[in-house]
Amino acid sequence: MYLYDDFDRTLVAERVADFRDQVARRLSGELTEDEFKPLRLMNGVYLQLHAYMLRISIPYGTLSSQQLRMLAHVARRYDRGYGHFTTRQNIQFHWIKLKELPDAMADLASVGMHGMQTSGNNVRNVTTDQWAGVAPDEIEDPRVWAEVIRQHVTLHPEFSFLPRKFKIAVGAAAHDRAALRIHDLALRLHRNGAGETGFEVMVGGGLGRTPYLVKTVKPFLQKRDVLSYVEAVLRTYNQFARRDNIWKARIKILVHDLGAEAFAKEVDVEWQSIKDGPLALDAAVIAEIAGRFSYPQYQRLDDGPPELAAARRGDRRFDAWANNAVANHKVPGYAIVTLSLKPEGGTPGDATAEQMDAIADLADRYSFGEIRVGHEQNLALPHVAQRELAALWRELDAIGVATPNVGLVSDIIACPGLDYCGLANARSIPIAQEIASRFCNLDLARDLGRLHINISGCINACGHHHVGHIGILGVEKNGEEFYQITLGGKADDDAKLGALIGPAVPYAQVADVVEDIAAAYVELRERPDELFIDTLKRTGIEPFRERVYAAR
Amino acid sequence: MTSPLDQKIKITGPVVVTANRVGDGAVVYRRAGGWTTALGEADITTNATVARELIKAAVADDLNAVGAYIAPVKLNGGGVEPGNLRESIRRDGPTIPLPEPFEIDNMVARKKNQDAHVSL
Repeated sequence: MYLYDDFDRTLVAERVADFRDQVARRLSGELTEDEFKPLRLMNGVYLQLHAYMLRISIPYGTLSSQQLRMLAHVARRYDRGYGHFTTRQNIQFHWIKLKELPDAMADLASVGMHGMQTSGNNVRNVTTDQWAGVAPDEIEDPRVWAEVIRQHVTLHPEFSFLPRKFKIAVGAAAHDRAALRIHDLALRLHRNGAGETGFEVMVGGGLGRTPYLVKTVKPFLQKRDVLSYVEAVLRTYNQFARRDNIWKARIKILVHDLGAEAFAKEVDVEWQSIKDGPLALDAAVIAEIAGRFSYPQYQRLDDGPPELAAARRGDRRFDAWANNAVANHKVPGYAIVTLSLKPEGGTPGDATAEQMDAIADLADRYSFGEIRVGHEQNLALPHVAQRELAALWRELDAIGVATPNVGLVSDIIACPGLDYCGLANARSIPIAQEIASRFCNLDLARDLGRLHINISGCINACGHHHVGHIGILGVEKNGEEFYQITLGGKADDDAKLGALIGPAVPYAQVADVVEDIAAAYVELRERPDELFIDTLKRTGIEPFRERVYAAR
Repeated sequence: MTSPLDQKIKITGPVVVTANRVGDGAVVYRRAGGWTTALGEADITTNATVARELIKAAVADDLNAVGAYIAPVKLNGGGVEPGNLRESIRRDGPTIPLPEPFEIDNMVARKKNQDAHVSL
């Protein structure tokens, strides 16, 4: 966990006081909506189809049990008893009332939470690997660097009115779990040939109507230079990006138009002028920020305790869950446990206040009071003793977050879609629910293996459809919902954008199409453990296209 | 964003003017002298001039409702229904069951809203 200091607490409290005053002036008529809208957006308050929505950032996806209990309280007291975890380590409340927002924000501020920079043309929540600090394949905790950047860009006046929003992600593991390559700016911590650790800097990724993957502009950046280089990228973007056209204002368009090499040159010119100034990080500053992250006092335990083996032998359901939702931890005797927020019939990413409270209690008892939020819209308990997995599973199962479908066909990423969102053209959630119900037989889902379905209800791509193995995009045609299907997208270290397989299909046919694609895969795979994405890579999309459209 | 008053109004069937209530974001419809949460109580027109007057009055009432626009409706047997899926969802809420136990409360509230009328 990261411990906020007085500066952070004062800043958040002052912002709540400001917003309380702004809301009062709006409700009295002193402020018009045109005047108020930018103020509310700066605090993460959107107006959706049928209510206001409050988006709260969860920096680097780390939550304390105290914070999760506060989110449960906000859900219960100010909303309709549930919250929605998003694809960028945020949580949204969809039914919040403007007149009650200042009180909700004050409650959140009491645990260091807020909605600042979860909307607007600024640097959004800096995200990272939800397994940061515990993953065996990481070289160091990336959250330290996410926090360094967070501190620098929060309310930074130069970066509060960028051409468009700006999303940063930081990773430090061999396997990319933070979807680095679809971000405006991605920092990948790695070791160079000399054994030093530094960052690969990648820019210009993004989805939406013009999807691009990042391009590397700096293969190796010393850690001391990370802030000055990020600043140079932001300044270059701020200076050159198009402000005349909202659809062309993201950095991805600038990098594409200029070319990565020319963009990198511009950044370098800027960087050379600031790199040895106040933004150069000395070791003491880094150590101070790193020192504010606390790590559990782990017990000395061995991997593979006999209690675990016995429990696995004794209960097939537990064994299936342990195979699916439990990952290796860097500390012997411990495990990382993913909590599926994708139960059959549920809304991907939703958790009720009761579940949040229960998960907070379980985090206290089994995971040193810590919870993680991943971009796949699931939660994780990052520090669970392996010998306690069976006891934990029984309690997770009782509250509906132990569906053993992590990474499988029913672990669907979906945006809120037209059921909530004012931008959407089509619904996402009922499509996800119908697909999940077709594959509710977990033996079938396990047989299909790793298969990611991502659904967006509009071209803005909050559901990351371009990087789903199967991507589904809702569009509107003559007043009806239609869905474009893409295949072959990936958001990991070998990221790819999916390819469209053919004409859009109507709402009622989407789940049938997914079943056809799954059936084609089963027929085409060379052996049972050839993953969907590998079969697709080998065969190309043509046989899938034929299967889908032959009967339509 | 272009103001709704600056936009050309093209009407091909019955329409209402709708917006979101300032205090809680609830969906409201324009009616003579104010707003209602019940679509059945909204002022309906097929005339572009009348629609322009409705939206002019709606936009002027910035204190009570925001984001006013013209939305299509369907008339059937004396009743009035939303003209498209988006407007159906705005009136009725999400098409999916909301997490328990709030679904039941929500349905009760929604039913009450069918005949509710608010003077803002």
